[in-house]
Amino acid sequence: MAAEGSSSIDALGQFQLHPALGGIGASVNFTQSNLMMVVASLLVLALLWFGMKPRAMVPGRLQAAAELAYESMMSMCVEQIGPEGRKFFPFVFTLFFFILFGNLLGVFPYFFTFTSHIMVTLALALLVFVLVTAVAIKEHGLHFFSYFLPQGIPMVLAPLLVVIEVISYLSRVISLSVRLFANMMAGHVMLEVFGAFIIMLSGLGWLGYFPAGLSFGLNTILIGFELLVAVLQAYVFAVLTCIYLHDAVHLH
Amino acid sequence: MLCSKKVQARSAGTMKLSRWTIPLLGTGLSMLPVAAMAEGMPQLDFSTPLTTSQVVWGAIIFALLYWILSRAGLPLVASVLEERGTKIARDLDEARAAKASADAGMAEADQATAKARAEAQAAINAALDEAKKKAAEQAEALNARLEKRLQDSEAQIAQARVSAMSALRQVATETATTVVTRLTGTAPDAGRLDTAIGSALAARGIG
Repeated sequence: MAAEGSSSIDALGQFQLHPALGGIGASVNFTQSNLMMVVASLLVLALLWFGMKPRAMVPGRLQAAAELAYESMMSMCVEQIGPEGRKFFPFVFTLFFFILFGNLLGVFPYFFTFTSHIMVTLALALLVFVLVTAVAIKEHGLHFFSYFLPQGIPMVLAPLLVVIEVISYLSRVISLSVRLFANMMAGHVMLEVFGAFIIMLSGLGWLGYFPAGLSFGLNTILIGFELLVAVLQAYVFAVLTCIYLHDAVHLH
Repeated sequence: MLCSKKVQARSAGTMKLSRWTIPLLGTGLSMLPVAAMAEGMPQLDFSTPLTTSQVVWGAIIFALLYWILSRAGLPLVASVLEERGTKIARDLDEARAAKASADAGMAEADQATAKARAEAQAAINAALDEAKKKAAEQAEALNARLEKRLQDSEAQIAQARVSAMSALRQVATETATTVVTRLTGTAPDAGRLDTAIGSALAARGIG
């Protein structure tokens, strides 16, 4: 991840995609981003599989973690969406832990952060958007379109408000995807820049040691901050999905 | 590489004046997103097919993860949680049943205690009554005996008194006759003497 040489900072090189898994990966355009997705998915499955393996009445640490993961997502679905939320629980669970493990894996050095790619987050946001719209139409039929017309407004304002409502509805995709992507990217750019600073400054001799140390300290703090952002952004994505699903199920 | 030149200039500045390090770093950082946009992000580099192919692979991986989680992973957790839930519910029911039976036993014991206490009280009362009755009977018998003896004694006394009184009249008559004979030399008139003695005795409440 560090810059090549001491004269330039390649803050964005870390987001470059490469084929992974050698020749086979290259032939099917399987990238290191996808490899991290696989790793994240396997970690989620491993957490549940090895966590729940003892099937203990009184859970151990790993089982408690797996159960906590299950129950926190379940309670979020039921609280945000209502009793119907149980239907969407597997989806929200998958979404949250896919993003969470993707974010957290990115904090490790030399690991790729697939959530720092706008195409990935956009795909996830589109998935949520399509699901929410499909659920709304399935639940309410054509009545769903009344969602765009707030009740109790003068008819004169209706065309304007409908346009605003439609735009705000469509912009959910943008806000969902850009929020996650921008947060992850910004954090990793900052880590990269401070990492490059350390190398550049320490190359300047004794005068550079102090600022290099300072950069190192800042990077340490940033790593902690990144951990927070990783969890927070995954949570925000999942909770917004739940809120949108609530709107789809209940219409307002 | 506009961005890297800027940064280089800033790091050169830190050489001279290290107390400016943090503000300069901050400024450099705030410039970075802009610089990044200008430079062109690999995320938006559509000249390589990898940018879109990762989404296709991502969709496959996400779908697989969803499928495995919803079919196997999450039901596994649910089954364990449910198992625990039913076990806890069963244990609670058992505990409730045990408590109910314990309460019933307790109530039974209380009842038995109360019954025994009442029986004991009744027995005590009966014994007391009997004893009282017996004592009363004994006392009555004693009283009767004593009364009888008293009456007997009184009768004896009365009899003795009557005999004593009748003797008294005779003694008085004889004494008076003797005294009068000695004093006067003649025997008193028996009729008058008897009358005088009778009135004297009557005056003293005797006779």
